[in-house]
Amino acid sequence: MPRNHAGREGSPFTGIGPVYMKELADHLSSIRMLVLTLFIIVFGAFPVASSLQQLRTTIGSDAYLFLRIFTIEPEQVPIPFIQALNFVIPLMAIGLGFDLVNSEFNRRTLSRVLSQPLYRDALLLGKFLAGLTTLAVALMALWLIVFGAGLLLLGLPPRGVEVARALGFLMVAIAYGGVWLAIAMFFSVVFRSTATSALCALGLWLFFFILWPLIAQAITMAFVPPEITSLDQFVGLQQLALALQRLSPGTLFSEAVLALLNPETRTLGPMLPSQMRGAIMGAPLPLDQSLLLIWPQVTGLIAGMIVVFSASYVIFQREEVRA
Amino acid sequence: MSDNVIDARGLLKLYGEARVVDAIDLSIRRGEIFGLLGPNGAGKTTTILMMLGLTEISGGSVNVLGFNPVRQPLEVKRRVGYLPDAVGFYDNLTARENLTYTARLLDIPRRETDARIMDALQSVDLAEVADKRVATYSRGMRQRLGIAEIVMKKAEVAILDEPTSGLDPHATFELLEMIRRLKRAGVAVLLSSHLLDRVQSVCDRVALFNKGQIALMGTVVELANQVLGAGHPLLIEASGKDIAGTLGGIAGVRQVVPAGEGAWRVTADHDVRAEVAHRIVAAGGSLTKLSDLQPSLEEVYTRYFQEARHAA
Ligand SMILES: Nc1ncnc2c1ncn2[C@@H]1O[C@H](COP(=O)(O)OP(=O)(O)OP(=O)(O)O)[C@@H](O)[C@H]1O
Ligand SMILES: [Mg+2]
Repeated sequence: MPRNHAGREGSPFTGIGPVYMKELADHLSSIRMLVLTLFIIVFGAFPVASSLQQLRTTIGSDAYLFLRIFTIEPEQVPIPFIQALNFVIPLMAIGLGFDLVNSEFNRRTLSRVLSQPLYRDALLLGKFLAGLTTLAVALMALWLIVFGAGLLLLGLPPRGVEVARALGFLMVAIAYGGVWLAIAMFFSVVFRSTATSALCALGLWLFFFILWPLIAQAITMAFVPPEITSLDQFVGLQQLALALQRLSPGTLFSEAVLALLNPETRTLGPMLPSQMRGAIMGAPLPLDQSLLLIWPQVTGLIAGMIVVFSASYVIFQREEVRA
Repeated sequence: MSDNVIDARGLLKLYGEARVVDAIDLSIRRGEIFGLLGPNGAGKTTTILMMLGLTEISGGSVNVLGFNPVRQPLEVKRRVGYLPDAVGFYDNLTARENLTYTARLLDIPRRETDARIMDALQSVDLAEVADKRVATYSRGMRQRLGIAEIVMKKAEVAILDEPTSGLDPHATFELLEMIRRLKRAGVAVLLSSHLLDRVQSVCDRVALFNKGQIALMGTVVELANQVLGAGHPLLIEASGKDIAGTLGGIAGVRQVVPAGEGAWRVTADHDVRAEVAHRIVAAGGSLTKLSDLQPSLEEVYTRYFQEARHAA
């Protein structure tokens, strides 16, 4: 593949449609999809079912009752729905993406497919989009289950603004899945062995969930002066800790979801006195204000997805096709 | 120029310092079967990949059907069929589904797709198993499915990398027959192989690769003359007194070499078969075999690389 892309003729997207359709069909008919569905039921529907039990007792007292289905911490199940998703979405994405490219090498189909009229660009993007669609379908199914269950068991329809916020939540979840799909695909481009790429992606996932919070804390501690003399200093440290935390996609996801599903959320991070002014505690923010609040998180997720995808693209362009 | 489907000039491939393909000139003519021969690591696959624009070219130029594979890879790949070394298909799909995917990539009109796939599968005797998953296919069947893909593509040029490796003699025979059929359909075929006697039977011209360079190129007879020397080799089996002396006395005979019990190899300037028969019988011997040896590519190959090794 020529390094000088400017000299190439023909659209880089030639053939992307067939690649997308084939990959999508592969995903949807695979055993893996079955496992994913199982995942969704166990991790999603189960906590929701128990939170619904609880919510039925509070009908009428809450303006955002519907959104509480997603956020409430059920008594029987120790993890709320959102936290379960934060944890499970990366796993789903890794499951879909860890062998997207290297399996073509291992099946020796890559050189045959690339000898058809399409650029590597189309192959990579088609695969990514098909994976993302699969993920979106799975999440949408889950979302619909939760929504339907809410309608049935609570017996009252959600308000428009609740639907809008819940839809926003779905979008953020898909973007979050996209980041992890891009990461999984990156490893599938870098490593020829599917086991290695799966291991690396899972390793990174564990790293972000278990080690990174501790590391972020340790780094922040290193900056703590012997004596904190001003509020600014304190806020500065808080912000450092937060900035480090936000390098993890999981943090961006939970912050964005928090602001969307808890309309009372006024700020993500340490609250300054200036932000408190005029704010009635507990008064919900209008939707546009919430969206404004999570804008950096959402762009962060999308940018992360694009950066990781581009990295795999650059590596894939230079890779030798022969197995 | 317009008669050539592939034209490589000074084609060069470097991996670091190594000159894997070292400035080769190569032309494939329309409608011929051309064989690329050479030991492992000679650079055959690399040459093929450069022609398809699947690997970067370090220097020189190559022109495939009037297109430049570096700048116009899509045009090249639309017209050239490629059967990679140890071709793979999607095991979870059937032969028909595999070819349908390729057809979609080639943007073959949907209403033509089914007929073209069935025709292609028929031409390689896979029509009965068209709806079986490729996982159940043998090596030979996969190889044939690869040929079917090229047939379906209606390629003008077919590039086959080691198409017969790992096939049993019968499967090899069948595959070579399919390659001949491609040629009859007007397709130019470039193939690389190790099975020399088989290649000899289908190739119009061959190129002998050695360490990234083309050592010899031409028809099998031309190569034999170049490497083994011109002349008519004969194999003679006879019994009687001093056969070797009798043979050596024939005008035009250059060399007599024993080739086992009661057998000799004779190299002569011209066809001396009649004279040989006459002399042996006249000397009271009995002639049991007298055969004209075709120059064999195997011999050319072995001799050439022996000499190359001696020279080194
Ligand atoms: N990615 C690479 N990096 C460095 N060297 C390479 C690379 N790929 C191939 N080579 C070298 O290039 C040379 C030519 O390889 P190539 O595959 O073209 O040979 P070949 O003639 O097809 O051999 P075979 O008959 O075994 O298929 C080999 O010496 C190989 O080691
Ligand atoms: Mg090879």
